[in-house]
Amino acid sequence: MLEFRKEYFADERDENLNEIGKPTQRQDMVGHVTGTTTYFDDHKLAGLLHLKVLRSPHHHARIRGIDTGAAERAPGVRRVIRGADVPRNLNTLLSLLNFGKDDEPTLAVDKVRYKGEPVVAVVAHSEREAFEALAQIRVDYEPLPAVFDVEEALKAGAPVVNETYPKNSFEYHGRYDHQKLRFGDVERAFAEADHGLEERYQMSPIEHAPTETNGCVAAPETNGRYVVYTCAQGLFFSLDTCAKILDVPSNKLHFVGGTVGGGFGGKVDSLTEPLAILGAMLTGRPVRYVLGREEEMQFGSPRGAERIYVKDAVMRDGRITARKVTSYFDSGAYTRLSSYAVIKCAAHIPGPYTIPNVHADVYCVYTNRVPATAMRGFGVTAVDFAIECQMDKLAHLVGIDPMEFRILNAYRDGDMKAHRREAKNTALIECVQVAAEKAKWPIREEFRRMSSRAGGGGARAAVPHTPGTPAGGARPPAPQRTTYDRPPQPAQAPIFEPQKPSPSPPSPRQPTPAPATTQHGAARFSSVFGTRRR
Amino acid sequence: MAKHRGRGMAAINYPIGMNLGGDPSQALVHSNPSGKFTVALSSIDLGQGMKSVTRQICAETLGVPVEDVYVDTADSDTGPHCMGSFASRGTHRVGNAVMAAAREARGVMMEAAAEELEVNASDLETDGRGNIHVKGAPHRSIAVKDVAIAAQFKQGKTISGRGIFLVPLSEVDPETGEMSPATCYAHACLVAEIEVDDETGEVAMVRMDSAYELGRALNPKLVEQQLVGGAWMGVSHALYETPEPYYPDPSHGPRDFNEYVMPGPGDICPHDIAVLERPAPDGPFGGKGPGEMCANPVLPAVANAIFNAIGVRINDLPITPEKVLRALKAQGGARPQARR
Amino acid sequence: MSKTPVQFRHNGVDVAVFVDGGANLLTAIREGVGDTAPKFGCGQGTCGVCTVLIDGEPHLSCITLAEAVAGRSVETADGLKNGPDLHPLQRAFMEHFAAQCGFCTPGMLMAAKALLDKNPAPSRAEVVEAIGGNICRCTGYEPIINAVLAAASAGPGRQRA
Repeated sequence: MLEFRKEYFADERDENLNEIGKPTQRQDMVGHVTGTTTYFDDHKLAGLLHLKVLRSPHHHARIRGIDTGAAERAPGVRRVIRGADVPRNLNTLLSLLNFGKDDEPTLAVDKVRYKGEPVVAVVAHSEREAFEALAQIRVDYEPLPAVFDVEEALKAGAPVVNETYPKNSFEYHGRYDHQKLRFGDVERAFAEADHGLEERYQMSPIEHAPTETNGCVAAPETNGRYVVYTCAQGLFFSLDTCAKILDVPSNKLHFVGGTVGGGFGGKVDSLTEPLAILGAMLTGRPVRYVLGREEEMQFGSPRGAERIYVKDAVMRDGRITARKVTSYFDSGAYTRLSSYAVIKCAAHIPGPYTIPNVHADVYCVYTNRVPATAMRGFGVTAVDFAIECQMDKLAHLVGIDPMEFRILNAYRDGDMKAHRREAKNTALIECVQVAAEKAKWPIREEFRRMSSRAGGGGARAAVPHTPGTPAGGARPPAPQRTTYDRPPQPAQAPIFEPQKPSPSPPSPRQPTPAPATTQHGAARFSSVFGTRRR
Repeated sequence: MAKHRGRGMAAINYPIGMNLGGDPSQALVHSNPSGKFTVALSSIDLGQGMKSVTRQICAETLGVPVEDVYVDTADSDTGPHCMGSFASRGTHRVGNAVMAAAREARGVMMEAAAEELEVNASDLETDGRGNIHVKGAPHRSIAVKDVAIAAQFKQGKTISGRGIFLVPLSEVDPETGEMSPATCYAHACLVAEIEVDDETGEVAMVRMDSAYELGRALNPKLVEQQLVGGAWMGVSHALYETPEPYYPDPSHGPRDFNEYVMPGPGDICPHDIAVLERPAPDGPFGGKGPGEMCANPVLPAVANAIFNAIGVRINDLPITPEKVLRALKAQGGARPQARR
Repeated sequence: MSKTPVQFRHNGVDVAVFVDGGANLLTAIREGVGDTAPKFGCGQGTCGVCTVLIDGEPHLSCITLAEAVAGRSVETADGLKNGPDLHPLQRAFMEHFAAQCGFCTPGMLMAAKALLDKNPAPSRAEVVEAIGGNICRCTGYEPIINAVLAAASAGPGRQRA
């Protein structure tokens, strides 16, 4: 049951509209109920080949050798693809925004860093033949010690998961292993508080579990281009990622998608597109690479786990005077998007409350597990869980009704937030009031009368004295180049090839190599941190 | 052994859009000679309704019926650049880009109509039903279809528009974390009522009551879809799901939907929702984006309800029967708190 | 690989396809017949997006041997509508906004049709039971349950010729 409470903020809305606000039927609904909506896997292509990957059985191991001889001779096999066949076998997704260092190979070469990491791909006439060929590949692994706990990973002497980040943590601003948030003086507030409460919370990893698994079909198009039918959540994000990994100009790729069987964040990583296109380049045939359900569940990137410590100071009257958060994002073996979630998380602390002293350190930590990625509520869901459980405990501690406790501490228009921006367009108080009313949860009259639009600002708008930070803060260096205007670069040598490359690999860049100066033509992106790393 | 009921609540806000390297989206709008419009995007419809909401935004801005607009997405050859569908950015960022493109197309359409009616374009208005008329004189009117024909075959005008919406990069201060991470925020408060079986450790949902503030609800049915489905996912995250049940121990990972457990149609509960609309000053018609935030209040509300029911605090998700039983054992049994 | 011919009735029309030994019915329908309404979601029989009716009974086509339907009648969501007229279940799913990404919808519709064909007036519990093997990750199930109940109460129009 859903009702609209039009009496709230009515003076801020223009209700005189024709189409907006109407319960118009979805444009795609007839297609959905007739089964004619066309997803990436519903395109018919003659001569379709199937790609499957061999995945690491170890959480962490050195690759001493790979023998693909038998697989190459197996029935139905058209091509075996190794790391050396990938033109630029090292990437990080956010290099498109010039954020972070390339740290993840498309196919592992020297080491595997998580169980399930792709090592070799096979393109065959049928999925079954591809699987049968994979079973004949022999990889000589030397297992290495692995680390799975974020706090263990940060200790001295922990196994190094990802050599690009030897301290097992993402590097922020070229100097810190975490993102800081500093607002006021939490230590002083803790010393002066009536009560303190420190708790540890653990968000589990979560699988996106869209009913359509990740996948794509790539095929040679006319004029040396490749068409890619894809379920990518960011069409150009995936296209540009592939153009970089495959070292082709972006206009060699034609991506078609936009109709996706659920995503929830799990289809941002271009898990299948680079290899499928490479397969199409190497065989000259359409290549389909779709994850099976077990692959999707075990090795498709999940929502990462987060461990969060929250320490609060609260007064007898219910005012929260300080909140200190230390949070660890479990990024798995590679960065993907977790480095960004850290920023989003830091900005979100201390939640929708006006607290005069806030301190947070948020880490992106590498462990030997499947790389994590975005999911619905990325960077926020877990910290909301921690903060709101903490709020319940604080209300219990000071003996105040939890609804009233929220309203008492809620941010209001004009307040200064911990990331030093004014709160505007707030509505937390009204949401609490209406939810309480709907649930027949009694709150006192004075709390029913409060408003997000009154009582904020004034002293609550001030940026407090913050010990240990330079006035005005240090500014990062000027923005620099990104993948969108990458400089000429020779084809990259594989990081480490312990064995001879597979026999006679035709150049993967056969369809007219890109003039290295080709530019995407899109707006230049700049980076949060300005450190150009490629 | 008994079943214990409890209620818990949580309140949240949620940032709309990402801001790491600048957050742009583009849109193109054009009319065919019959006055039917196509919106070309490279944005993604994951089921959240991108095609549908941008269609309504375009129709409203052009002043034509929604049936006269079709959204074509996503083809990288025809759809201009968009960052993608994530970070609750679709409605806000893409919606704004579509508005800008539709405004430009509307400008040409009104000029073409003005030429046909021999008046100033500024004297014209649309009726939202496919006609353009002189303000205050509805009889001096021309159909959008006839304007399109005239523009194409007589005047040589393209009724089309380009739009981009860019939230520029916000730098992040390394020392203080000062930044502009988002342009607006959605809000919610949710009350969960649950029942804990202290013999099996199972937690059953009894009901949910909630209030969500998400800017203007551009399409109330699409909003309802997100809120109902998102709250279900919140329950699933709170009580059921994980690919690593003994995290950080990576073993015992599920391989199929028999092992990866989610609430089925028999595990859902009534959910009464109130929608509040405080328009975002920079949103398309005030819209924000309900897609992600709807799940978030459910997790802590359920955890707080479990405390209310049996007196144990479980700080590790998901709150499985195993964790409930272990917590009850450690506590020496259920200690129901004051009923709410 | 050698191919085996299989003949069956597909949405009322006789079809013949060649399949690989051990091929499943889903592949035969999607690749052989060219009907892409049933989807691949798991290949394990645990998600229901491939649900079709075989002689009126709901089956998971991803774990049904293609050869097992020889001579039998297979119905998919592609055959639900009658010319341009939507089946009452399709209309009800639309009215109740019972689809978001739409990927589970073809299977969900067939599971619901199997129920209503046998039990024109099901209880909510019976609807829940009938769609219990079909996973939807978007809707939270409530609109789907309501749509099926509404289609049932729409009555005689349900039975199409």
